[in-house]
Amino acid sequence: MKHVYGWLLLTPAAILLIGFTHYPAVATLIDSFYSTGTAVRPSRFVGLENYAALLEDPIFWQVLGNNAWFALGTIPTAIAIAMVMALWVNDRLPARALVRMAYFTPTVLPMIAVANLWLFFYTPQIGLFDRLGALAGAGSHNWLGDPDLVLPATMVMVVWKEAGFFMIFYLAALQSLPPELEEAAKIDGASRWYYFRRVIFPLLMPTTLFVLVNATINSFKLVDHLFILTKGGPDNASSLLLYYVYQVAFSFFETAYAATLTVVLLALLAALAVLQFLLIEKRVHYR
Amino acid sequence: MKLRPGFALETMAAWALAALWLSPLAYAFWAAFHPAAMATHFDLFAPLTLANFAKAWTYAPFPRHFLNTVVLVTMILSAQLVLCTLAGYAFARFEFFGHHVAFGLVLVQLMVMPEVLIVENYRIMAKLGLVDTILGIGLPYMASAFGIFLLRQTFKTVPRELEEAARVEGCGFLGVLWRVYVPLARPTYLAYGLVSVSYHWNNFLWPLVITNAVETRPLTVGLAIFGAPESGVDWAVISAGTIMAVSPLLVAFLLFQRQFMQSFMQAGIK
Repeated sequence: MKHVYGWLLLTPAAILLIGFTHYPAVATLIDSFYSTGTAVRPSRFVGLENYAALLEDPIFWQVLGNNAWFALGTIPTAIAIAMVMALWVNDRLPARALVRMAYFTPTVLPMIAVANLWLFFYTPQIGLFDRLGALAGAGSHNWLGDPDLVLPATMVMVVWKEAGFFMIFYLAALQSLPPELEEAAKIDGASRWYYFRRVIFPLLMPTTLFVLVNATINSFKLVDHLFILTKGGPDNASSLLLYYVYQVAFSFFETAYAATLTVVLLALLAALAVLQFLLIEKRVHYR
Repeated sequence: MKLRPGFALETMAAWALAALWLSPLAYAFWAAFHPAAMATHFDLFAPLTLANFAKAWTYAPFPRHFLNTVVLVTMILSAQLVLCTLAGYAFARFEFFGHHVAFGLVLVQLMVMPEVLIVENYRIMAKLGLVDTILGIGLPYMASAFGIFLLRQTFKTVPRELEEAARVEGCGFLGVLWRVYVPLARPTYLAYGLVSVSYHWNNFLWPLVITNAVETRPLTVGLAIFGAPESGVDWAVISAGTIMAVSPLLVAFLLFQRQFMQSFMQAGIK
């Protein structure tokens, strides 16, 4: 009976999961071996032709590189800030609740709203960035129009948006540490920096790994801001893989090529999933 | 108790960072409540106005977008609660044939969220005739691997004795679920509900792809069209519109701060 009941309970969810996750994932892979069908020319099997085109596509390599820079530029910074935030908020700080709220607020805002607000900060001359720069004696910059500046400029916004979210995980980890640790460190006369470096930081390592992998996975999905700020430009300097998939599919209508790009995205996510699995396994053994 | 050296310095730094973190939002509020001409000239005594909100309200069909988002979020959450409860119960208490493999397949969705498969899912929705419907936006999210996982973990902690007692009282397997498991999982439902509502209130890419009429577009998509630079709307009005769109979630967050953060924490760690 348990077999029947088990499957009966699972069936409604299973149908939707298969229909909108497993089937489309497999269909994407199959589509990547076919050409894009048009009214006059139905799609036909082309083998690895789409993949050959992918390897030759400079934009593909550019957005892939952008994704790597985007992850490298945002994640370590956001993690470092998050750790400091958590240490402060976990402390006996005056107005602690207010400070914690300030750090976490960007997390509950939609990326589109955030981009709407930040768009103005990036405006040359009258925007906040240039005004702060002017105070420091710097000249005006076209933050979103300069291919060299656009990616770092969007990264600042993403760090602001994400740090408070990562802070939550560090806060949970800090609260689970035994209070005797700090007492012991005090009795030994350890400095705060020494205590952090030799005690707290290593104990937070599992959390750091967890946040690192999840943030990397998430970084492939963070593309909403591009729709407002740059549309991937100038010259794809700020574009990311998923945004490119969107453009190829819904602006250029090259669905077979979009499927090929999606396969690359799925492969990257799968690799990260395996990495995460191995790390979690390790953590279990460690405990 | 003696304060450690440098405590005052650290406090100042923590406050400064908090002020920095709030400043973009504070700036937007300032711009939204003052005349457009004041947006770039900070003056503490500038006159307050609601004109920007009135303009934003007429520039875009906000009431319709609000309604769409509320319908969407409610529909997704109700479906998720039912589907994930049933599936979570199956995985927690029925060691049915193939449950290991099935669970592994469910977890695939944690990586491959529907927004990654926009191309193929659009095609499926077209076949089902669900393009440009609110159901079409919500359907791919209803069976949530995350929800199934959370509820399975929670249900597994329920002592078997409680279930046996309910069975003696004459409860069937659905009765046990309803009377024993669901009430005991209330904190998990709350945490999951908050995370799900925040996620779908803010979700953008898939709703953008699958909708093309005002009647179905949720707030985020409406906001993107309204705020795009080519729309030519000035910044004070964009700020006002953006604040209107985020305010329900923001107010809920400010009121139930603790609960929000605990939910995100609980949901993330499991």
